[in-house]
Amino acid sequence: MSGKPRLTYLNGRGRMESIRWLLAAAGVEFEEVYLETKEQYDKLIKDGFLLFQQVPLVEIDGMKMVQTRAIMSYIAGKYNLHGKDLKERALIDMYVEGISDLMQMILMFPFSPPDAKEKNLESIKERATNRYFPVFEKVLKQHGQDFLVGNKFSWADVQLIEAILAVEEKVPDVLSGFPQLQVFKTKMSNMPTIKKFLQPGSPRKPPPDAHYVETVLEVFKK
Amino acid sequence: MSAKPKLYYFDGRGKMESIRWLLAAAGVEFEEEFLETQDQYEKLLQGGSLLFQQVPMVEMDGMRMVQTRAILSYIAAKYNLYGKDLKERALIDMYVGGTDDLMGFILLFPFLSAEDKEKQRALIVQKATSRYFPVYEKVLKDHGQDFLVGNKFSWADVHLLEAILMVEEKKSDVLSGFPQLQAFKARISSIPAIKKFLEPGSQRKPVPDDKYVETVRRVLCMYYDVKAN
Repeated sequence: MSGKPRLTYLNGRGRMESIRWLLAAAGVEFEEVYLETKEQYDKLIKDGFLLFQQVPLVEIDGMKMVQTRAIMSYIAGKYNLHGKDLKERALIDMYVEGISDLMQMILMFPFSPPDAKEKNLESIKERATNRYFPVFEKVLKQHGQDFLVGNKFSWADVQLIEAILAVEEKVPDVLSGFPQLQVFKTKMSNMPTIKKFLQPGSPRKPPPDAHYVETVLEVFKK
Repeated sequence: MSAKPKLYYFDGRGKMESIRWLLAAAGVEFEEEFLETQDQYEKLLQGGSLLFQQVPMVEMDGMRMVQTRAILSYIAAKYNLYGKDLKERALIDMYVGGTDDLMGFILLFPFLSAEDKEKQRALIVQKATSRYFPVYEKVLKDHGQDFLVGNKFSWADVHLLEAILMVEEKKSDVLSGFPQLQAFKARISSIPAIKKFLEPGSQRKPVPDDKYVETVRRVLCMYYDVKAN
């Protein structure tokens, strides 16, 4: 195993994208292996790489890690992005889990049937503007600091900027009622590691398209 | 806020049950407030105690914690059930992720139509016996220790026992191909704090019934159909 973490997933966002964001934000270079066929996936399982027969898989520090949350917690812990004590960790976990519920809706969106797409888009917009964004708007307003937790850049900030950009791709004016989040978005986007990740040629993946959906269905078909 | 953690949820398992298990395993006494009416829920919402407008919510150590995973992680760390270092924590997180996915199939079971219930029961058993149980069986066989991680009782052990018992409620002989897990189940069940939790009169909740489903639907105005996975 090389020094760099190695990510195995499809060539697209899915559940791996948040991991790419976090590694990038931490300034960690990584390699990627892309699943393109069912045969590749079946071989990974047969060779015992996938603990629960699922990807994402991240080979890091001698471990074959699976389970998105476990992977991200490890990365956050290792690169000091998980708060300074148990209570900050609890806050970061709460924020990340909430954002992750919103991201789950976006994750599933490309796979919803055509007649449900409009309704699902409306749900994403409604949840973002009524349930999730107001929370972080308030957090930032109340403490007036640049970062969500402990006046220090953390996993929660990375997850939030990822979510903001993902929702904006679907609902371009979604931040119009959230001045704090607009400032937050600009600040985070200008942090050197994140700025680099947002430039063309980075490991960041584009929004899922029909080809991506096809590949997912093909690789994971029974 | 009292010294004891206070749990806000329905009078039933749902997403709060894993939290009850973990607190009990850690020997921590807790209080509970059960949501029975929509008004109660509205009151909690208006009062601003639900960060994302959802339960579970646990008041502890001056915090109003929400998000099941965040709550469980906090409790595990506070009571030394989270491994001795980052790598043990990673293993625990991976194992808990698996049992969590398995219990996810069971979580929505009570809300399914009778026909979907039968299909779901078969799916639960299939996932348990082909994807999840073999993993833990092998872990225990390979290291020959009593506990899943680091030769020490942890959150992963509590969560696995909870999952095993829940799947057994759907198929009583589901452990028949898993001798390590049978021994594990007996061993962990006899740990004093867990033994106490498994006795009648504890705060462990029974298998969800129609009354529970009715309560959840009423309180959350959740009258849409729930589809199986």
